[in-house]
Amino acid sequence: MPWNRRNLIAIEELSRAEIDQVHATAAVFKKTLQRSMKKIPALRGKTIVNLFFEPSTRTRMAFEMAAKRLSADVISFDANASSTTKGETLRDTAQNIQALNADMIVLRHSAAGSPLYLSRLLTIPVINAGDGAHEHPTQALLDTFTMQEHLGSLKGRKVVILGDVLFSRVARSNIWALTKLEADVTLVGPSTLVPHWFADLGVKVSYDLKSALADAEVVMLLRIQHERQTSSHFPSLGEYTSMFGLNKTRASWLNPKAIIMHPGPINRGVEIDSELADSSRSVILEQVHNGLAVRMAALYLCSGGTPEAVATSA
Amino acid sequence: MSQLWITNARIIDPASQRDAPGDLFVADGKFVAGLSAEQKHSAQKIDADGLIACPGLVDIHVHLREPGQTHKETIQTGSWAAAAGGFTTVVCMPNTSPVADTVGTIEYIRNAIEHGSVVHVYPTGCITVGQKGEQLAPAGSLKRAGVVAITDDGHCVQNNEIMRRAVEYAKMFALPIMDHCQDEALTQGAAMNEGVMSTRLGLRGWPHAAEDLIVARDVILSTYSGAHIHLQHISSKNSVDIIRRAKSRGVRITAEATPHHLALTDAALVGYDPNFKMNPPVRTEADRQALIEGLRDGTLDCIATDHAPHTDYEKDKEFDYAPFGVIGLETALPVVLDVLHRQSGFALPDLISFLTCKPARLLGLAAGTLADGAVADVTLFDPGEKWRYDAKAGFSKSSNSPWHGQTLTGRVKKTVVAGRVVYNGDKIAG
Repeated sequence: MPWNRRNLIAIEELSRAEIDQVHATAAVFKKTLQRSMKKIPALRGKTIVNLFFEPSTRTRMAFEMAAKRLSADVISFDANASSTTKGETLRDTAQNIQALNADMIVLRHSAAGSPLYLSRLLTIPVINAGDGAHEHPTQALLDTFTMQEHLGSLKGRKVVILGDVLFSRVARSNIWALTKLEADVTLVGPSTLVPHWFADLGVKVSYDLKSALADAEVVMLLRIQHERQTSSHFPSLGEYTSMFGLNKTRASWLNPKAIIMHPGPINRGVEIDSELADSSRSVILEQVHNGLAVRMAALYLCSGGTPEAVATSA
Repeated sequence: MSQLWITNARIIDPASQRDAPGDLFVADGKFVAGLSAEQKHSAQKIDADGLIACPGLVDIHVHLREPGQTHKETIQTGSWAAAAGGFTTVVCMPNTSPVADTVGTIEYIRNAIEHGSVVHVYPTGCITVGQKGEQLAPAGSLKRAGVVAITDDGHCVQNNEIMRRAVEYAKMFALPIMDHCQDEALTQGAAMNEGVMSTRLGLRGWPHAAEDLIVARDVILSTYSGAHIHLQHISSKNSVDIIRRAKSRGVRITAEATPHHLALTDAALVGYDPNFKMNPPVRTEADRQALIEGLRDGTLDCIATDHAPHTDYEKDKEFDYAPFGVIGLETALPVVLDVLHRQSGFALPDLISFLTCKPARLLGLAAGTLADGAVADVTLFDPGEKWRYDAKAGFSKSSNSPWHGQTLTGRVKKTVVAGRVVYNGDKIAG
């Protein structure tokens, strides 16, 4: 089945086959990352604009590097230093970028739904690099890619997402990706940050860390997002760590082969014990590495590249 | 001496429990029992065959944006939208710029009404100075200047002591208080109803508890003071329950529902269209059904549109940044016909009462009846006509409607204000 999307907005709308296709494409690109000559000419002559209205380290660098590996020209745009501070709207900014003949926009924005809004406004492809608490599709694609490298098929495998789920776009995209891949997903964290509504999305919701972690094969930690919370969601970081932080004792409840994941940036000593973050069970840096190949796949497929042509292109 | 003779209509006047075919006669702007042969000869005659003639519709909750926000709407363009929607009497909210918290601003508004409006417009004043919720606005002077109620619509008074004193003070002047029920601490940054949909969309949730708490507060303050408090745009099932129990004890509470809360749920927000962003937000199917049942058993008294115009350039942006509010005057009747009459089995006279005599009585307005001697405001509509609503071609200055582009059933054919046809089914009479 050919990939025929021009935009990558949300995992919720992707089919299982489309997720598999991104993974397969990423696997091909991942091999090219080991070469001494890393560039491939797939997007030569294209210009990709990274339009980032929120701070980002990993995602922005990964998208920029992915575009360069595909031989595209890249402009990374820091919205804080632009005319948005002079009152220009997202609509006008994006239309100007399109008028400059850009071929694709990668958008990070604090308002949920803004990539969908842009995709309706523009004729060039839009890739969502995180919109508010809505979705972060490439993160979920790289997370599930990493899980499959370690576990093979995710069908029936127990995955726990632990932490600030309410404000997390990473959690939402992973919930959609993991349920489509038929994993057994449990959300756990303080009740104020893991509202019961999530159960309607096809996952389990738990407030009991021990039973949630028991025999889990993957635990995905989420950062406590101080910047998005009103002060009332939980008492303190210290209380959070004492109730829900992942430490060695709690990690021992996991399946012995379990992997520990985190989308970053990590707060050492808050949601995860510093030693655990660096332990052999942690695949946090593998996630970052796979993020490059997955974003190459996303850029490539949304530019009209066919899965069949990847091999020759790569 | 001008006369109007409407013939062959199905006449529905809920105030007098009249529902029969017949004629309506108007002389000098008022309904009369009949016309002489000579008067009939010279009268303007409207053949209303196939149409329903009812009292001109009454909307006690509209935003006409004048003074200060005339890029969105003016009293004149808002009155055109009202006439096109069959409304002959509207009550405009005071959250203008400046807000209507002084006699001078009320006089300005009344002057604009006198010179610009094609329908009857009654102003409201603020509960507090600047709608800041801190100091009482001069309710007595505002009443003398012509306001029919006071409200801080859009900015619910948060301080219970201020609200207590406001309702006690207004009671002295028999001035109703209309309250926009919203506990602001519970809605910081919120954009839509809190629930499964807000969870899916990643938008910050607005719990119905924010409305329920203030509805309960107002019930308590009305009980305590004996003052009449009218609760605006009720959206939640729990609030309907609280009002029902209060009314059963005889508390002087009244309440309204909007066409959009009766017709829509938060499932409509799936595409992040800001034309579905309103305050309070549309909620779940259970809430929607509770509003319909609230109208059925009298818990809710009337329907009001909360017509809230915003320009395209204000609305067309990221959902979080778009302002709250939708226009509703031109679509209210067909939407309500659909939801209440065709889907929920309400008889037409009952439905029409929510849009005529009931809201008029609630604020003591001389409107909402076809009785002899009353001001001759009439709406003629075809309940079955299908038409495509193009908000951009409408009479409101703004087009922020959730029904833009949709086919609606039921259409206003003529609107008569004080015996004069102000809307003929196509355009406003100048």
